Amino acid sequence: MASQLLRRAGKLINVSASATKNLASSLAPISQANRSFASAAEDTNPITIEIAVPYKAHKCEPPSLLATTTPQELVQFFKTMFLMRRMEIAADSLYKSKFIRGFCHLYDGQEAVCVGMEAALTKTDCIVTAYRDHCIHLGRGGTVKEIMSELMGRKDGCSLGKGGSMHMYKKENNFYGGNGIVGAQTPLGAGLAFAQKYSKVEGVTLAMYGDGAANQGQLFEAMNIAALWDLPVIFVCENNHYGMGTAEWRSAKSPEYYRRGDYVPGLKVDGMDALAVKQAVKYAKEYALTKGAFVLEMDTYRYHGHSMSDPGSTYRTRDEISGVRQERDPIERIRKLLLAKEIVTVADLKNMEKEAKKEVDDAVAQAKESPQPDPSELLSHIYVKGLGTEVFGPDRKEFTAVLP
Amino acid sequence: MESTALLQKLTAGMAFRGNPATLLSSSSASSHFARVQASAWPIMQGSRLRRLNVEATDLNANAFGTMPHSSTGLKIITKAVAVKTERGSTATAQQGHELLLFEALREGLDEEMERDPTVCVIGEDVGHYGGSYKVTKGMAEKYGDLRLLDTPIAENSFTGMAIGAAMSGLRPIVEGMNMGFLLLAFNQIANNCGMLHYTSGGQFTIPIVIRGPGGVGRQLGAEHSQRLESYFQSVPGLQMVACSTPYNAKGLMKAAIRSENPVILFEHVLLYNLKERIPDEEYVLCLEEAELVRPGEDITILTYSRMRHHVLQAVKTLVSKGYDPEVIDIRSLKPFDLFTIGNSVKKTHKVLIVEECMRTGGIGASLRAAIMENFFDELDAPIGCLSSQDVPTPYAGPLEDLTVVQPPQIVFAVEQLCKH
Repeated sequence: MASQLLRRAGKLINVSASATKNLASSLAPISQANRSFASAAEDTNPITIEIAVPYKAHKCEPPSLLATTTPQELVQFFKTMFLMRRMEIAADSLYKSKFIRGFCHLYDGQEAVCVGMEAALTKTDCIVTAYRDHCIHLGRGGTVKEIMSELMGRKDGCSLGKGGSMHMYKKENNFYGGNGIVGAQTPLGAGLAFAQKYSKVEGVTLAMYGDGAANQGQLFEAMNIAALWDLPVIFVCENNHYGMGTAEWRSAKSPEYYRRGDYVPGLKVDGMDALAVKQAVKYAKEYALTKGAFVLEMDTYRYHGHSMSDPGSTYRTRDEISGVRQERDPIERIRKLLLAKEIVTVADLKNMEKEAKKEVDDAVAQAKESPQPDPSELLSHIYVKGLGTEVFGPDRKEFTAVLP
Repeated sequence: MESTALLQKLTAGMAFRGNPATLLSSSSASSHFARVQASAWPIMQGSRLRRLNVEATDLNANAFGTMPHSSTGLKIITKAVAVKTERGSTATAQQGHELLLFEALREGLDEEMERDPTVCVIGEDVGHYGGSYKVTKGMAEKYGDLRLLDTPIAENSFTGMAIGAAMSGLRPIVEGMNMGFLLLAFNQIANNCGMLHYTSGGQFTIPIVIRGPGGVGRQLGAEHSQRLESYFQSVPGLQMVACSTPYNAKGLMKAAIRSENPVILFEHVLLYNLKERIPDEEYVLCLEEAELVRPGEDITILTYSRMRHHVLQAVKTLVSKGYDPEVIDIRSLKPFDLFTIGNSVKKTHKVLIVEECMRTGGIGASLRAAIMENFFDELDAPIGCLSSQDVPTPYAGPLEDLTVVQPPQIVFAVEQLCKH
């Protein structure tokens, strides 16, 4: 018995020994190859990648399936998506240890939509989204620390702790939130595009919503208005196939959300492929700037439930979740691409992951030490007023003091 | 009380339109009253004021005890001395120009749009049609289709659109064709408009103006006679003002456009044809200030919008009876101008609130609480509040008259309060 085990152990050791030998031999050509980590991150030679899943087009021509990118961009994709993933997982554990309260909607699984979008946009373009906004805020120039502080309701949060998970904004980078009511952000998006057209700003607005919000009347109103006046707005439906607990086939007669604009042309994109997203958004931006409204449907998936209060397994099987994670995970896709194109090594990736984890851990630690907002902040920012008047209710009581 | 019995009692003493003398044949004294009534109430410019004879079962009157029948109680003087009502600081009689209220609104709007290119109007039929109440007539030709934007009938989304535009630097004015339609945009107004300044930690300002005609009109039906000030008053972050004369309409419109806060400007369907002489010079009124319409010593009457004119009607009667009421048009519905109101209460020690909102949860309810809390020691009498009935506004003319406060009720209430 024991000898059997020993023999087995020996086999294992032999196996691992040979594996390391193989690894060593396989490492050798890479290290001899011209690129090391430092230069890959700066390598801007264009490379062409073929997008795996073809686009589905509605009343327009789909863009080409050949995406041009650079090693630098791919490395950046990986780093950003991994950071987002770590951030959301940290938010998960913080929620479970009751540092984050209320509603916390996590974005893990959908990172490719955000990074792909940002790669095709500039900060002149406006983004408005719903409550699943932590990663979008990060993509728009936010820091992990201010996101974590906001989630924990601290003073250093991006909305001074007064907004919370669902109300993150970054005005200087044209990120308009962060909206709690499903679908209410789509008319806001039309309004942002209207302002861009009015002030003749060369930019587009991305009004993001989910498959659940796709059934809101105000979305159709906004699409009609946008198409009528040729507003430069791109309606981006992040279709993760579940509107909280209701699957798309149970809530929509036509779950082809890219077609639901009817007269508005649309495109269905594999939302787990950052490059496909980038290509589609580039195409849509060109269309929106020249012609008018456009719809993009991002076929994506969320691993967590709708929010932290939702286990996420009562309306879908764990097999489905793990299946998507194995086959379509956006980070794994970029990882495989980076390794296949020999842009980075496994060790490089491990370093990047470690850095991201450290960044998130540091940010969480700093956020935990950030103070709670001062009680006088309760009554600030109700009205815009100078001269010391902070708020007055119907009976004109002005509060500047500490509340009991 | 049984509704049919109530109705019978109410209709027993009611005047029907078009033929006042036909009714009340049962009571000889009331027909005398009817005749007197017809001549005593002057016709308001642009609107026929129907007079009303209300029985004791009137719900408002219950607050003050039973209202006596007209033949024995109310003594109407046919030739009431016209009281010089000061309307705040209006122009002198010779200078200035005369116009109607909707023209005053248009003037204010025009001046602001010329002054600031980011000001735009968004609403149904505001552009080519010129506005359903002609407030924006002729402006689309001057400023173009983009600044006078004709929207589809989609209140929720075009209000949201205006809020989005305001977040990124424009100063839109949303016109609800009737204020009641803005109920469809309640989510956008309450959640986005009122709250975005707060939830973004001060990053975004929403310098939007939401305006439109509301109030009980001429048999427009229940859904077109809404008074939304009571619904919006709890939304934090919003400011609400109500205009009542061409002078304050123009001034408040300009102030609202220039304000960095979201402002809801309540106009009234029946006041658009009021004529007044306003100054030629440019002026902007303060959004948070109340207007002293008529100084007095006996009682403070607080009112706004159309009820101001009903109060002034009643004041004519009251003055001839020897009372000296102080009339304040509160104008600012949120926040209240407790400074002006408080000074008045300290002088007269009695308050009567006359409003067109529903009784339940209306502006009067909040104002009563605010006055009680702040000036309890100054009061000699309970605060009176005359509001509209808590009913959907009926279509029938006389019933519609019964839902809204009428001048005789105001006179009666003042008399009761002044007994204290």
